[in-house]
Amino acid sequence: MNVFEWSFLAGVLTATTPVLLAALGGLLCQVAGVFNIALEGQLLWGAFVAVVVSDLTGSAWTGVAGAVAATVLFSALLSGPAVALRADPIVVAVGLNLLALGLTAFLMRQIFGSGGTYSSPDLAGLPDLGELGVDVPVLREQSPLVPVALLLVVVMATWLTRTRSGLRLRAVGQHLDAAQAVGLRVSGYQHGVTLVAGALCGLAGAQLSLGNVTLFSEGMSAGRGWIAVVAVMLSGVYPGRLLLACLLFGVAEAFGFRLQGAGLPQQAADAAPYVITLAALVLAAVTRRRRRSYEHA
Amino acid sequence: MYAAELVGVTKRFGPVLANDGIDLAVARGEVHAVVGENGAGKSTLMSILYGLHRPDAGEVRRDGNRIVLRSPTDAIRHGLGMVHQRFRLFPGLTVAENIVIGAEPVRRGRLDRAAANEAVAALSERYGLRADPSALVGGLPVGVRQRVEILRALYRHAEVLILDEPTAVLTPGETDRLFEVLRTVAATGVSILLVTHKLSEVLAVGDRVTVLRQGRVTGRFTASETDADELVNAMIGRSLTPPAPRRARVPEGEPLLEVRDLTVRDADGVARLSGISFAVRPGEIVGLAGVAGSGQRELVDSVTGLRGAVPGVFLAGTPVLAGRDPRVAYVPEDRHGRATAPGMSVAENVLMGAQRDLASRGGLPRAKVRARARDLVDRFSISAASVDVPIGALSGGNAQKAVLARELTRSSQVVVAEEPTQGVDVGVRERVHDLLRTARDEGAAILLQSSELSELRDLADRILVLYEGRVVAEFPGDATETELGRAMVGATG
Repeated sequence: MNVFEWSFLAGVLTATTPVLLAALGGLLCQVAGVFNIALEGQLLWGAFVAVVVSDLTGSAWTGVAGAVAATVLFSALLSGPAVALRADPIVVAVGLNLLALGLTAFLMRQIFGSGGTYSSPDLAGLPDLGELGVDVPVLREQSPLVPVALLLVVVMATWLTRTRSGLRLRAVGQHLDAAQAVGLRVSGYQHGVTLVAGALCGLAGAQLSLGNVTLFSEGMSAGRGWIAVVAVMLSGVYPGRLLLACLLFGVAEAFGFRLQGAGLPQQAADAAPYVITLAALVLAAVTRRRRRSYEHA
Repeated sequence: MYAAELVGVTKRFGPVLANDGIDLAVARGEVHAVVGENGAGKSTLMSILYGLHRPDAGEVRRDGNRIVLRSPTDAIRHGLGMVHQRFRLFPGLTVAENIVIGAEPVRRGRLDRAAANEAVAALSERYGLRADPSALVGGLPVGVRQRVEILRALYRHAEVLILDEPTAVLTPGETDRLFEVLRTVAATGVSILLVTHKLSEVLAVGDRVTVLRQGRVTGRFTASETDADELVNAMIGRSLTPPAPRRARVPEGEPLLEVRDLTVRDADGVARLSGISFAVRPGEIVGLAGVAGSGQRELVDSVTGLRGAVPGVFLAGTPVLAGRDPRVAYVPEDRHGRATAPGMSVAENVLMGAQRDLASRGGLPRAKVRARARDLVDRFSISAASVDVPIGALSGGNAQKAVLARELTRSSQVVVAEEPTQGVDVGVRERVHDLLRTARDEGAAILLQSSELSELRDLADRILVLYEGRVVAEFPGDATETELGRAMVGATG
């Protein structure tokens, strides 16, 4: 097996993981009927907090923990108004996305003294699996969060279909009144998934800023949260399909890097993954709808 | 001792006294019918018994003990179950999941699907409620979904089962089956509260009857010792006038609506209507019968122009126009979807479509709109607090009168009415029928689609039966329900 192939595959996994983690959170929200389009903001916030905490403590894992905790708090800004007060989740989410963008840029100047990009030798990145003794070619240079994300796909699929809370969660998302009528504490489930989605976005952010690279730069989530939103919308409530959708983005991004190496202008290479992913996902959704309408006839 | 009792229950919503000192008692194993017009307070009363509303005064008792219900969860805990008119089911979950949810069997931390399926199968068997535990609810016919609702209540050990207008969505065959089930369930000691306004059902399946009118109890009867007239009297405080005699004369004149060899296919090329031909002449009501989904929707949409300029449909000799042909008055079945814009005012709804007549210098003068609307509201005796309240806040019967007010004043020669009295009480039903008869006498050609055979027999001069997209039979208006019923399920001869 030649090195080119393995490194391409590794690149795919690296690019997929942050999107996948955020999308898993989005999927949970979708299952429970919470419309969560604040993934982008939460991802960025998580990436920022991970870098700050890692920089202060010198420990990447403390950075991850900090990112998770801080993003859970951040997601409470969505679950509070949208679930408890029944505010329009789109309006709240748009506000949060803007808040994350502004707040990270502002705090960056306060904490690191300048905007743009921050990186430093004090900043501890997540270790490679190779350093931890994993000797699988594709995984050797990945952060431990990569297999965690893949494992979470299986865990989530099992949870949703095989457990009582999974069943109840699906019920809440399908028919709120009916769920209430059979005695489920609907808002409890909805708060829960929103906060868990926050935790997953925190992980996603940490993977982005401490795993994929070891730095923070303004707006570094670069639309990955939105790709996650689209992937969730198009794959419905099935974690397996979601993985495929996210892998597609990963392939496109890894491919974009290759193209750049091959002399394609950088802007085109940067745009490529988004264009390819959106086109493919929309195409998939259209075909599925056609097939579904046929089945219903 | 009664299984469930409501004692002196009073409930007020703003200025409206929905329940005024109501006493209602249900014995163990009894089928107790609660009847009354729309707005008589039936739903409020049942909501109180199921913990959805709390009474302002009075109390709820179970087996003689006073209970306080703060939510449906409390009601379930006290052995109360309710099958709502709009089902509370999860379309993407299986039958078994829908039934056990909220009290799922769990084994070693996991959902015990086998146990759930078994429990559901056992219940199905015991009460004769057939349903495949592993089928997805979203794909099931309405009658089966209702069974799932009933099974859910029984699974949660309901000893008092409330059914709100359970037959409104069922075909005649399904209704009969439901009644058998209710008798079986009642025989095991479960008390059943059946909310309805169909008197034939009350007499067919009820043991005792409580009649409500304007929030008070106006009659308590034993079903075997009363009759429809007595119940109607208690419900509306007067007797119904006997229906106008059927006219003997044959309608003449050129057809105002003619359908010739109409075939309609859906997006996938499957024929939904094939080779339909009929004509409706001025002064004639043609009834359209059929099991739900036999092509009624497609036929109505073709005739009104909603399906586009379909070849084969002619209004007064010229082809139908695409998009809602103005020559057709249309009373849709879907009252808060097609028929009205529920969030808009009564005035806006009754005058929708007439805006061009009312417009002056590019605007709609409010005074003129409201005056015209008030006139319609008076003429059609619509009870609304004002013409400015949203139409969605009106009772079903009043909303329906508003739709008729709009459609029958359009000076259209052809009237298409879909289920015009669905979900309205006997008083409004009588009024709607009068309005349709008047339109007919004034020379309109009326196509009346209804799943209520008695309605077709009361009104129609001829009845066409649709089955799988074809007209399989045509009967005179006085055909028996048996004849019609047989044709509706495709049994010819």
